[in-house]
Amino acid sequence: MSERLDVRKTYKLVINGAFVRSESGRSYEVRHAAGDFWANVAQGSRKDLRDAVRAARAAQAAWWKATAYNRGQVLFRLAEMAEARRDELAAHVAAAEGVDAPSAASSVARGIDRIVWYAGWTDKVAQVLGGANPVAGPFFNFSLPVPSGVIGVLAPQDSSFEGFVDTVLAPLATGNAVVAVTSERRPTPALLLAEMSVTSDLPAGVLNVVSGLTGELGPTLASHEDVDGIDLEGAGEHHDELAASAADSIKRVRRASAGDYAESSTSRLRSFVETSTVWHTIGR
Amino acid sequence: MAENELATPPLGTFGYDPAPESSTIARLRESYGLFIGGDFSDAASHEQFATLNPATGAPLASVAQANASDVDRAVAAARHAYDTVWSTMSGSERAKYLFRIARIIQERARELAVVETLDNGKPIRESRDIDIPLAAAHFFYYAGWADKLEHAGYGSSPRPVGVAGQIIPWNFPLLMAAWKLAPALAAGNTCVLKPAETTPLSALVLAEILQQAELPPGVVNIVTGDGAVGAALVDHPGVDKIAFTGSTEVGRLIQRRVASSAKHLTLELGGKGANIVFDDAPIDEMIEGIIDGIFFNQGHVCCAGSRLLVQETIADEVLRRLVRRVEQLRVGDPLDKNTDVGAINSAAQLARIHELANAGEAEGATRYASSCVLPENGFWFAPTIFANVSSSHRIAREEIFGPVLSVLTFRTPDEAVAKANDTNYGLACGVWSEKGSRTLWVAERLRAGVIWANTYNRFDPTSPFGGVRESGFGREGGRHGLEAYLDV
Repeated sequence: MSERLDVRKTYKLVINGAFVRSESGRSYEVRHAAGDFWANVAQGSRKDLRDAVRAARAAQAAWWKATAYNRGQVLFRLAEMAEARRDELAAHVAAAEGVDAPSAASSVARGIDRIVWYAGWTDKVAQVLGGANPVAGPFFNFSLPVPSGVIGVLAPQDSSFEGFVDTVLAPLATGNAVVAVTSERRPTPALLLAEMSVTSDLPAGVLNVVSGLTGELGPTLASHEDVDGIDLEGAGEHHDELAASAADSIKRVRRASAGDYAESSTSRLRSFVETSTVWHTIGR
Repeated sequence: MAENELATPPLGTFGYDPAPESSTIARLRESYGLFIGGDFSDAASHEQFATLNPATGAPLASVAQANASDVDRAVAAARHAYDTVWSTMSGSERAKYLFRIARIIQERARELAVVETLDNGKPIRESRDIDIPLAAAHFFYYAGWADKLEHAGYGSSPRPVGVAGQIIPWNFPLLMAAWKLAPALAAGNTCVLKPAETTPLSALVLAEILQQAELPPGVVNIVTGDGAVGAALVDHPGVDKIAFTGSTEVGRLIQRRVASSAKHLTLELGGKGANIVFDDAPIDEMIEGIIDGIFFNQGHVCCAGSRLLVQETIADEVLRRLVRRVEQLRVGDPLDKNTDVGAINSAAQLARIHELANAGEAEGATRYASSCVLPENGFWFAPTIFANVSSSHRIAREEIFGPVLSVLTFRTPDEAVAKANDTNYGLACGVWSEKGSRTLWVAERLRAGVIWANTYNRFDPTSPFGGVRESGFGREGGRHGLEAYLDV
């Protein structure tokens, strides 16, 4: 037992690149999987989410207009930050998910490798998902994947780090801005990654992370008119009503899936891109 | 060019003699049943409804009104065909069925064009030169994909979704059927197609074509009737995928209704396309492009260039030329090969166009309508241009789906982009400029699924089509169109 008393951390939300307590002033108690007290975490409000959406909308265009190469570098930088804090992340994953230390360490390793995977995708999606179309006429016609815009993510409830990484990095890699709601009972690994994102040259507002009650925050995210798409991976019992509410603004909805967060598939990358097709005349 | 060089000769100095296509080429039957399990059969209720020729208001044929039990029978037939035939057949065999269908559409092209024009009201020139050839081309294109799906970029063994319920609109009846059926069948799905209530006939001729092609029974089923038939299809638990083309209002309802199911969904919805004209654009081509962008198919086009954004420096000249060009459009008998603008598809649509055009006037826009003489019977609306439109006017915000153009102006490229994007829709836009770098700059910033540069309303089976935002999601056409029918 150390004689020294720990310096404990206050876990805050990340909105527009700043660490903020919930504007509501609320917090909630998060426990170890084993049941002991772990931390008081900011309990984000609907207003926090709306602020986050506004920040995301403001940041998205510049993130998309940055070169794909640059976006890849920034996301790779996030992996570097996470790599340096692997042990801390693993301790949080072990506590949050109730898995043993080696399992937690390999989960974190897979999550970091997943960040690297997505970092490498930024400058390849246009070639893999886009292309030239041989139309029957004197036109140069090409299709490009462009971001849907602002994406809401209800991160998986179970997989506190890997699941968060997979659901959040995919829309970021394709040029979207993200407002993510963490796992309700296991928020701290996601909040740690959010901290790292602030020191990874990710422009403020591109990734906003809010902890809180999924049942309270989900409906706001699903019904928000300025959110273009929503990932319902962690929606749980509210899944179908949120999917219905998303219909009001014709949101792109990714339904909860089987929960393989290391799959070698472009499925998540394709969930929040739009194919934009340009026809240009050819002539002398 | 001086004004007088382009002046129109006085009316009556020359003209075209009527050149009508014969309606008997359509070989319409008096009545049509539902196409389920490879055969035509009566609806469970034995109810029939009349489909009208919108150019005359006269009935063309009587068509079966399906109900939920008919939809159930159609879905069961599609499921059976999926399980026993279509999902186990090799891609190369499926491909040959699609090639057959494409060929028979070509063989019966003239008949199909007349059927389409009779039932829809569109000019025969368009059904003959655009709708029918493109429908055949879609089947040809997707035929080639059927045995190459593992190369389409969706993994090494992409699976079909299963039974697809497909609901299509009345503006391009056969072409929309082809857009839905061809990729679905190529990917290995079976289909229940629900044509629009006012334009069922070309789909029923297609059913005959499927019989001639000996497509296995149940692979494609066609259920006709009103919106309740579509709703029954959307709600049916045996359907794995819904593909809908139509209004944003109905699309929203459908998205809600499938939210609590695992159904896949693609939506191709409304639009309020901006056609952006810069002052360096080649003016003659541009005027024709604007006219084609809004008056093609009477403006019954989800991607119609219904908002003209013209740079202030040339606004007066563009408007003057457009007004003169509209006066030259030949409006009338859709079967006449010289007709440019045909009939409005239905009384309901005509009422909607009147309502919005009247709102345009009431809100202060200036109305220029063609002085053409409209036929007495049937549903008609004179091609119309509104000038002095502001972004807040209803005619600048709401989809009119008729031959009505709203003209707005801008000064800078930034303002053009901002105005073009100032809508919840995002289907298509046009950009007219001789400066390639500016065109691409604008194209990058437009929130739209399709952007036409120095052209408008071009379609091709290889080119993905579909919207962003409230214009829907999913693509039809091209490699991307397969994704809508694969479980990937």
